[in-house]
Amino acid sequence: MSATPVRAPRDIAAPGTGGVGDSPLRPDGTLKVKGEFAYSSDLWIDGMLWGATLRSPHPRAKIVSIDVSEALAHPGVAAVLTHEDVPGRKHFGLDHTWDQPVLAFDEVRHQGEPIALVAADHPETARRAMEKIRIGYEVLEPLTDARRAAFDPTYPQVQPRGNLARHQPVRVGDVEAAKARAEVVVSGEYQVGIQDQAFLGPESGLAVPAEDGGVDLYVATQWMHNDLAQIAPCLGLPEEKIRMTLSGVGGAFGGREDLSMQIHAAMLALRTGRPVKIVYNRYESFFGHVHRHPAEMRYEYGATKDGRILYADVEILLDGGAYTSATMNVVGNAASLGVGPYVIPNIRIDAYGVYTNNPPCGAMRGFGAVQACFAYESMMDKLAEACGLDPVTVRQVNAASQGSELATGQVVWAPLPMAEMLQQARDLPLPPPLDPSDIRNLPGGASQTTHGEGVRRGVGYGVGLKNICFSEGFDDYSTARVRLEVIGGEAVALVHTAAAEVGQGLVTLEAQIARTELGVERVVIHPADNQVGDAGSSSASRQSYMTGGAVMTACRAVREGVFALAAAKLGRPLDTLGDLSLVGGKVVSESAGVLAAIEDVLGDAVVEETREYHHEPTTGMDPVTGRGDSHTQLALCVHRAVVDVDVELGLVKVVELAAVQDVGKILNRLSLEGQIHGGTAQGLGLAVMEEIVVADGKVRNPSFTDYLIPTILDMPPMRLEILENADPRAPYGLRGAGEPPTLSSTPAIVAAIRDATGLALTRVPVRPEHITGSS
Amino acid sequence: MRVTFTVNGRRETADDVWEGESLLYVLRERMGLPGSKNACEQGECGSCTVYLDGTPVCACLVAAGQAEGREVRTVEGLADGDRLDPVQEAFVECGAVQCGFCTPGLVVQAHDLIERVAQPSDAEIREALAGNLCRCTGYEKILDAVRLAAARKAAAS
Repeated sequence: MSATPVRAPRDIAAPGTGGVGDSPLRPDGTLKVKGEFAYSSDLWIDGMLWGATLRSPHPRAKIVSIDVSEALAHPGVAAVLTHEDVPGRKHFGLDHTWDQPVLAFDEVRHQGEPIALVAADHPETARRAMEKIRIGYEVLEPLTDARRAAFDPTYPQVQPRGNLARHQPVRVGDVEAAKARAEVVVSGEYQVGIQDQAFLGPESGLAVPAEDGGVDLYVATQWMHNDLAQIAPCLGLPEEKIRMTLSGVGGAFGGREDLSMQIHAAMLALRTGRPVKIVYNRYESFFGHVHRHPAEMRYEYGATKDGRILYADVEILLDGGAYTSATMNVVGNAASLGVGPYVIPNIRIDAYGVYTNNPPCGAMRGFGAVQACFAYESMMDKLAEACGLDPVTVRQVNAASQGSELATGQVVWAPLPMAEMLQQARDLPLPPPLDPSDIRNLPGGASQTTHGEGVRRGVGYGVGLKNICFSEGFDDYSTARVRLEVIGGEAVALVHTAAAEVGQGLVTLEAQIARTELGVERVVIHPADNQVGDAGSSSASRQSYMTGGAVMTACRAVREGVFALAAAKLGRPLDTLGDLSLVGGKVVSESAGVLAAIEDVLGDAVVEETREYHHEPTTGMDPVTGRGDSHTQLALCVHRAVVDVDVELGLVKVVELAAVQDVGKILNRLSLEGQIHGGTAQGLGLAVMEEIVVADGKVRNPSFTDYLIPTILDMPPMRLEILENADPRAPYGLRGAGEPPTLSSTPAIVAAIRDATGLALTRVPVRPEHITGSS
Repeated sequence: MRVTFTVNGRRETADDVWEGESLLYVLRERMGLPGSKNACEQGECGSCTVYLDGTPVCACLVAAGQAEGREVRTVEGLADGDRLDPVQEAFVECGAVQCGFCTPGLVVQAHDLIERVAQPSDAEIREALAGNLCRCTGYEKILDAVRLAAARKAAAS
C-alpha cells in the first residue's frame, strides 16, 4: 500500500441518538460547517503533481497529428500522455457500451473531448504546457440535427454503430380505431433544453501510485464499483490492484455516473510514479460531465367530451450527443413513463435516443422521466381547456391508482392515491396577493424597472411519476458489512458500504437503521470504498431502498449472532428464549423481559456480517410493444405553483411551490424535506432559467455567469405535505423521494405562467422573450 | 514571491507564490486551509467567501498579493475550538447542510449578516445570501438556519 494523503476520508462517528423515523444530525455535518470535511478537491499529499486535460475546441474533427515534444520540454512538466499511452483498453463507457475513448484518437466527436494529459508541479505550469501541445485537426461540419440522426439514413454517422442508440416503442390497444371515436383532439410539440447538474464540487481527485504496481484512487463518484469495472481494463490492471476510496462529494445529481478524471489521474500517477491530483475548474466541469438530454416531443391526445383520454400518440426524441452513456436507459424511462400516471386505453409511443456531435448527455435527476413529464402535463392542461374542465379535475378523471395498468402493462401494486393528492394540493391555502409596495416582491426583484403595472398572477399544477431503483431487468443490489463489538465499554456498530454519500444524507440513515436494528446508540460509518461489495449507484432515488435494505439485512444477521451468544452465555438453548430483540442496549425477550446487556453478551467477541440486498426482479421492455414489469417501484409527487409574471418585461417570480408527495415511510423528516426542496428547486431551474445553449455543437455559456441556477432570491417558500402510504415490498415501506419533485415542479410552474399569460409556452426553460413575444 | 498575512489570528507566510495565484489557492494549497471552496473560481457562487479585514469577499477574486499584511478570517476560524459558532450550529441542526460544498461560504456570509443585522427579515436574509449558490437544498433550510442563529444570538446578548 502507498502513503495516505494528509487530507483524506476517515471514519465518522454518528453523534447522538435517533433511529428510523427520527431526524438525528448528519454525522458529517460538523466537519462540513467547520470546513474540515475532505472533499475530493481538498486532497493533498506530499510531492503530488497537478494533472490537466487538453480538450478539443471542435465538436467534430479528424485528428491528423499530435505533437507533445514542446510541452514535454516545458520546465516543471513530468509527463504528457496521449491515446498511445493508455495501458489497456482504449475505450470506456457506462453499461458495457465501451464507446468513449479514454483519450481521443483519429477523431473528436464533441467539443471538450479529452485528447492529452499533462502532469506538472503547479496547475499553471500544466496549463502553460498544454498550450504547447500541437494538435493537427481537419475540422468537419458537426452533425447536430437530432431528427436527421434518427430518421435520415443518408445523414453521416457520428458513431461506427450508427446514429440511433435506441428506439423503444410502446403499443397498447388500437390508436387508429380510437382516433375515429375521439370527440376532442389536442396536440402539441414540446421542447426541453439541455440542463446541467451544476453540482458545486468540481470533478476532482487524487491518484497515488502503490508499491504493488497498482494505484490508490480517491475520487468523488456515484458508483465506485462501476467506475472500477471501467478503470481497471483501461489501465490494464486487475481490479484488486486498484483501491478506491470515496472522497467528499460536492453534489452529483447524475453528473458523476460517468467517469471524468479517474483513468486520467491514474495514468499520470502510474507513469510518473508520483501522486497526481486533478481538479477541474467550472469551465472545464461543463465539458467534464454529461448533461440532461434535450428533447423534442410530439403529443396528440384524443378524449371524450368529459375529458376521458381515449388515446395517446407520442414521439419523444432525445439527443444523447456523441457517446452512449446512459442514453439506453433514459430512452427506456421516457418510453415507459411517456404518458405518466394516467390510465389510457390506447397508446402509441416511440422514444428515440440518437448520437450527434452536440454535448454528450446522460444521467440527471429524473432521468428521461423529466422530459416526458413536461410534455404530458402540458397536454393535460391543454385537454382541460379543450374540455372546459379545470386542470385538477382532468387529471383526477384520468388518474392511475392502485391496481391500474400503466402504459407498459405494469400493474400498480402499491398505493397510488393520486386523485386525493391532487385534491390536497388544490385545497391548500393560497399565498396572499402581491404586495407591490416592496419592490423586492415584484418579478425581477430589486432590478425591477416598473411599479408592477403589468404583473399577472397564475396558478398551475404538475404531477410526476418516477421509477425508483434500476429497471428493465437489471440485477440491482447493494451490499453492507456491519460489525458489532465493545469499544471502551460500550457496544459500537461499524457500518461499511461502498455506497456514495453525495449529500443526500445516506450516512445519517445508515446510522439510524443500525440503531433501530441493533438497539445501540454508537454507530461509526466507515469511509465508502471498494473493500466491500458493490452498493450500486447513488442514482434513481435508490440508496435508501437498496443500501438501506442492505444495512437493515446485515444488522439483522448480526442480531442473530448476538442472540446466539446470549443463549450460550445464559447456558440455554436459543429456541427456549422466546422472541428476542435488541432494545436500548439490552437483549430483550418478549416473554421474560431483559436478559442481558449487549456489552455483557458480546464481551470480547466481534460479530460481523455482510449481506446483499436485492429488490424484486423486474423484466425488460418488449422491443416491439414495450410491455413488461420493468419498474420495481413508482413514486408520485404533485406540485402546485403560484407565479407572478410581468407580461410587459417577460419576468417571472415564482411566489410559492406546494408539494404533496407520498414517500411510503418518513425515515428522516429533515433529510427528506431537504430532498423534496432541492428536487423542486432543480425543477424550477429547468422551468425558467437553466439551459446549456448550443450553437453548431458548441456550448455558448459554460460558466455560472451565463448558466444560471436558482439563487435564494429565485426560490419561493415551499409548502410540503408528506404522505406515508407504505410500499409493502420496500424496507420499512419506504419510497425513494429525491427525484419525483424534480419532475413535477417544472410543468407546474409553466402551467402557472400559462395561466397568468394565456400563452402556449411549449419550451423550457421559458425565457423572457417567450413571454413578451420579442423573439 | 513571498506573501505574509494573518489568517484566523495567526501570521502565515507562503513562499514561491506565482503572481497569478488567488488568495483562495494560497489558503487551500499553501496554507493547509481547504475549508474555503473552489466551486466556480469566478466570483459567481460565493463558496470561497472569507473575511478580508472584516469584509466578506470571494477569495477566488482576490490576488494573493492583495492580502499582504492584511487580516483574513476563514470558515476554519469561526468555531471556538470544539464550540461551534451559532451559525454553524444552526446549519447542522436545521438540515441546511447536504453535500456541504456551499456551506463554508454561506456560513461566513450569514455570520456577517447577523453581525450587522440583529434580527434580519426574510427579505434581508435573501438579499444578503443572494451571491451564494446552493444546488442541494432549495435554500429553505438555510433560511431556517439563519433565522435560528439570529434568534439565538439575540437571546444570548
